[in-house]
Amino acid sequence: MKTSTSFTAAAASVKPAAMPSVNRFARYRGLLVLATIALLLSLVLPNSFYFDVVIRIAINAIVVIALNLLMGYTGQVSLGHAGFLGIGAYSSAVLTSQYNWPPLAALLAGAVAAGVLAFIVARPILKLKGHTLAMATLGLGVIISIALTNEAQFTGGPDGMAVPSLELFGWSVSGERQWYVLVAVLLVLVTLAAINLIDSPGGRALQAIHGSEIASRVAGVDTTRLKVRIFVLSAVVASLAGSLSAHYVGFVTPGIAGFFHSIELVTMVVTGGMASIFGSIVGAALLTLLPQVLSTFEGWETVVFGVILMATMIFMPKGLVPTLAQRFGKRGG
Amino acid sequence: MFAQFLQFLFSGITVGAAYALAALGFTIIYNTSSVINFAQGEFIMLGGMLSAVMLSAGVPLPIAIALAIIATGIVGLVLEKLVIEPARDAEVVTLIIITIGASLTLRGLVQVWLGKGNRALPAFSGETPIRILGASLLPQSLWVLGVALAIVAVLGWFFTRTVLGKAMLATSYNKLAAQLVGINTKLILLLSFGLSAVLGAVGGIILAPITYTSYDIGIMLGIKGFVAAVLGGLGGGFGAVAGGLILGVAESMGAGYISSAYKDAVPFVLILLILFFRPSGLFGAKVSERV
Repeated sequence: MKTSTSFTAAAASVKPAAMPSVNRFARYRGLLVLATIALLLSLVLPNSFYFDVVIRIAINAIVVIALNLLMGYTGQVSLGHAGFLGIGAYSSAVLTSQYNWPPLAALLAGAVAAGVLAFIVARPILKLKGHTLAMATLGLGVIISIALTNEAQFTGGPDGMAVPSLELFGWSVSGERQWYVLVAVLLVLVTLAAINLIDSPGGRALQAIHGSEIASRVAGVDTTRLKVRIFVLSAVVASLAGSLSAHYVGFVTPGIAGFFHSIELVTMVVTGGMASIFGSIVGAALLTLLPQVLSTFEGWETVVFGVILMATMIFMPKGLVPTLAQRFGKRGG
Repeated sequence: MFAQFLQFLFSGITVGAAYALAALGFTIIYNTSSVINFAQGEFIMLGGMLSAVMLSAGVPLPIAIALAIIATGIVGLVLEKLVIEPARDAEVVTLIIITIGASLTLRGLVQVWLGKGNRALPAFSGETPIRILGASLLPQSLWVLGVALAIVAVLGWFFTRTVLGKAMLATSYNKLAAQLVGINTKLILLLSFGLSAVLGAVGGIILAPITYTSYDIGIMLGIKGFVAAVLGGLGGGFGAVAGGLILGVAESMGAGYISSAYKDAVPFVLILLILFFRPSGLFGAKVSERV
């Protein structure tokens, strides 16, 4: 179908990244803006309600950046990433509340579990392409969420379970302001790591896979190994964010691993902009804010949400940040 | 023992027939447009809900059913014209999100209009179960199987004996070549959405007397239709029907012999295992990518 053009597409998608960057600090400009915004927000946000919204945005953004590395840069769709979020969230919840593990140990255990599962399934799953890849990842996510719902003796079933507060090296994170500091710092670190990864030789190889897997294999890229690595990385980050989210909210239900949450994450990636780190943050912000705004529509939320989703994708198929960057003649993040 | 097995088989085939219709809808749209239509489940929901509403408004059942099928077909056409056509050249993920947006919109509209309650259709010919070798079979199950078989037969005739059907098939084989011999592929695309919507509506209507219907049944049915379609290889009608039946029976056996709590997980475990060993599905042709 589209394969005849894929070779040139591969060349085109590799080119901008392969050019030597004009200014070593140019790529950190966006990061500086992000850090400044985070700092300013901490000063101007009036009350804990606003802090709460921003914390949720930051936690989502962390997952979405990792998912974008997999989807936007490497070109591998995942309709089941909420499953990994669920693994992290429930590892933290179950291990801390029922087995008295320290929160940090539980969080790491969840990350290891998610990473190992991702590593085991990555090879057979990432062999698939297009709709079968979508099917397999969707299936994986649904199975995890069904297991969380059914293992009620550990997870409390569909009603969910309470999660104790987060404690790191004797610092008990409590209150919106402390949480804000924690997630803002984490978001900046994840953004920094992602920017560096993309500009590294490995990152360019990932983008080449998106362009054309066969072309990049011919050029000497070990595509399978790279795809497995990025899949595991995104799963581990999702699990960490799941743990954080569980501790922050103080309660977790199987919905966190559900199909809808997976779709929500994918939507954040795509509306913000595939292959755009800052697009991921914008996408996470918009789709976290949208339900708050839509709650005024009383009953029409789903309809309005659906229409906005369709309209964004029809009129800006590349997502907000790349489209706007193109329109105003700037380079996208 | 055997009676129990037969019972599971009956209920599996009944549900499987409905999955098969959903899978046929997925397959038809995928073949003509490469779109995975996540709104397929909403067509199933619309069929059942619209008939139920008209029935409770005093419309006789056969007319209510006919009107519901036509209305859902129109929804399919409008969806393609307004939403899919303007985004035709978008990436796979973008199109997936667009169809998910469409599915949310349809579900939301029905929820606002008809509320969250369950609705039911009466069984088409009585509720007295038929006893066969110790197992009981609802008359409605026979309706489901009969209608599904009839549809498969009509589709077979349509795709091999009519000019329009052949044009559709040609478009799915090679769009460019179809255009070159004078087939209006844009129209074919539009019709494939109409046809899939009609199939979905029929599935929803024949299933409604057995399972009830509500604004949100489209989600799971749609996803399982997708599983069935991928299981069958997303190629021809045979694969979709076989995929649907296998899925229905596997689910029913899984619920009966393994664990009813994990019933909904069975299709996904099955599809993962099959994709691991046969990436092109059970009946799909092995394709190699052109560079």
